[in-house]
Amino acid sequence: MASSCAQLCVRCRTLCQKSLTVTRQASVQFGHSFTVIWTYNRVGNACLPIRGNHTAAEARKRWKHQMSSHTELTLDHFSTDATEEKHKECLVPISDNVPETQSELLDAAAEFSALEEISDEEALSMCVPSAVPPASFSLRDYVDKSVMLRKLVQLGVNLWKLEQKPNVGTMLLRLDFDTDVAPKLLFLKELGVEDSRFGYIITTNPYILTESLENLQTRVNYLKSKKFSSETVASMVSRAPYLLNFSVKRLDNRLGFYQQQLNTSASNTRNIVARLPRLLCGSLEPVKENLKVCQIELGFKQNEIQHIVFAVPKVLTANKGKLTQIFDFLHNNMKVPHHLIAKFPQVLNSKYLRIRERHLFLEYLGRAQYDPALPNYISLDRLVSLPDEPFCTELASATLEDYYLFQKTL
Amino acid sequence: MATPAVRMFRRLEGLFCVYKPPGVHWKLVRDSVETNLLKGLNSTPAKPLPREVRFLTSAGGDAEGQKALTVSAVSLPVLSHHPLVTGPEFCNIRVGVGHRLDAFSSGVLVLGVGHGNKVLDDLYKTRVTRDYTLEGEFGTATDNFSHTGRVVERSTYDHITLDKLDRVMAMLQGVNQKALLMHSNVDMHSQEAYEMAVRGLLGPDGKSVPILTGLRCLRFEPPNFTLEVQCLNETQKYLRKVIHEIGLELRSTAVCKGVRRTRDGPFTLHDALVRHRWAAADIMQAIQGYHSSKKKKHISQE
Repeated sequence: MASSCAQLCVRCRTLCQKSLTVTRQASVQFGHSFTVIWTYNRVGNACLPIRGNHTAAEARKRWKHQMSSHTELTLDHFSTDATEEKHKECLVPISDNVPETQSELLDAAAEFSALEEISDEEALSMCVPSAVPPASFSLRDYVDKSVMLRKLVQLGVNLWKLEQKPNVGTMLLRLDFDTDVAPKLLFLKELGVEDSRFGYIITTNPYILTESLENLQTRVNYLKSKKFSSETVASMVSRAPYLLNFSVKRLDNRLGFYQQQLNTSASNTRNIVARLPRLLCGSLEPVKENLKVCQIELGFKQNEIQHIVFAVPKVLTANKGKLTQIFDFLHNNMKVPHHLIAKFPQVLNSKYLRIRERHLFLEYLGRAQYDPALPNYISLDRLVSLPDEPFCTELASATLEDYYLFQKTL
Repeated sequence: MATPAVRMFRRLEGLFCVYKPPGVHWKLVRDSVETNLLKGLNSTPAKPLPREVRFLTSAGGDAEGQKALTVSAVSLPVLSHHPLVTGPEFCNIRVGVGHRLDAFSSGVLVLGVGHGNKVLDDLYKTRVTRDYTLEGEFGTATDNFSHTGRVVERSTYDHITLDKLDRVMAMLQGVNQKALLMHSNVDMHSQEAYEMAVRGLLGPDGKSVPILTGLRCLRFEPPNFTLEVQCLNETQKYLRKVIHEIGLELRSTAVCKGVRRTRDGPFTLHDALVRHRWAAADIMQAIQGYHSSKKKKHISQE
């Protein structure tokens, strides 16, 4: 209803602009309650009151007052129209109770029709609001506009992951690609990091873009002074992107900690850290706990722990509940002694369900024999590391279907 | 126009069942299935990026050194639709779980994906019976009726014979039959009740106490024995308690060593997917299989 009225009014106004002396009345029926008559009177400056006992001036004042309370934008449109086209428009609402729907009506009326022709000056004076929103929950709105973000996407950075970190989106938008980002990427490239890893590094650690180059250089120098070769440093950085964000003091602290806790030589520590660089980034408490769990709860000797950690550094960051679960099954159900577990530490890194299913299958077949001194010995390493099919054919001498059927009887 | 991922998701909607290993919580099973499905859905090839025409301004250096703006029209991909920017298409899928299995027990667990959840609800509104095999052992009693609990009593079991066990089970079955009649809301003296009983339709509607509709001994090697049970509205704890009570009835004690569901409504062990097959492709195959079997049943009924 309101929109059709609005269209009607717009048409009225355009008609009036074309012919000066036309007085037109458009009467619109709003339901049953009231009638509004709009009069465009363009004869000279005289505004004629049509009905009622208000004068035109009064009516206009009241009108303006109402308009300003409703919307300022429409008022602007009307006033500019009036001054530019040297016409005086007089709108006289007749009924005393001004309806609320009138504001909607006028809002719609203020918008130009799509068919209306505008002059070039008008077109120039219109300001188009920029498409970039001042604030957004997502970097998506800025990607097409910002050079920085576009280049990051081309590098393979997962912006969707980054925008979930607090304040990272704002930080990225404030950076400039050429001055802030490019030097760091060049630095990483000089270090020996492969191009394909840039996306991963920035996705996990966007803060590396805000570190200063000197800091990065000193940390790399520190690592090199600890006799990490340059290829090792590059591979460490590409696998543990937070490595270069830690101060030299902290890195030194951690290297010292591992050497002291594991009681090994410097070269062994270096080897462990190079294979699992995330050890240098994470918290030290869980590592301490895992070592204690291995020592006290699982009852490994010091040299056995050293051997296990050297073979599988991941044991240090593993979930200690899972470690004990696996060990409990190996030691108490499969009756594997400590020295055999220490000999094949890969079992501690595998899945509990996998070990259990395989052991139960072998036990069902009467082949669960883990003692190397006896015939038909099955090594723990082969038990866990073989894929299903070789496991069935080589160790269990059964078919794959039998194995899967057996899993359904557990 | 639907993307490949959406099309794949539509093919994934429906019911299927997995084999839950013992010692794993059903929530873990559900979550890992959801993760695998998401992985499969989001690894489908993305739609090629839409291209838009942009007017790039470049300062064309004239020979006279005058600054002139040359505008060139270039068609560029719209990066805001890039998968690295929009993120994965699916972040979570509704995966519903049918009748639960507690961590101790194993067996067929029905899962519904997408609008399969509604079908799942409807399935359990009808009267579904379930088959279980129960492993029992005479001689001990524990606080939670399973062999992992704290032992509270030990007893001898030499006097138990298969005959005695059968007698106790027959008694149990009779009691449950009576309960079944009591919970079916029909007058037992009516023609309607007779007709329903003839067709085997007597039974509780909706919630009721657990009812064993069938009980059978599969294996009897004292102290170990295996029972097969068909039941309605049960919990696994109730089944373990049944084992415990059988032990008490036989003037001995018994614990439950395993609860394994072999059938849940129309889903049997044969359809169940074992752990290594919980990937999107296998699940889709299982769901298509379920749909086609339902269609076949529908046609044969007509």
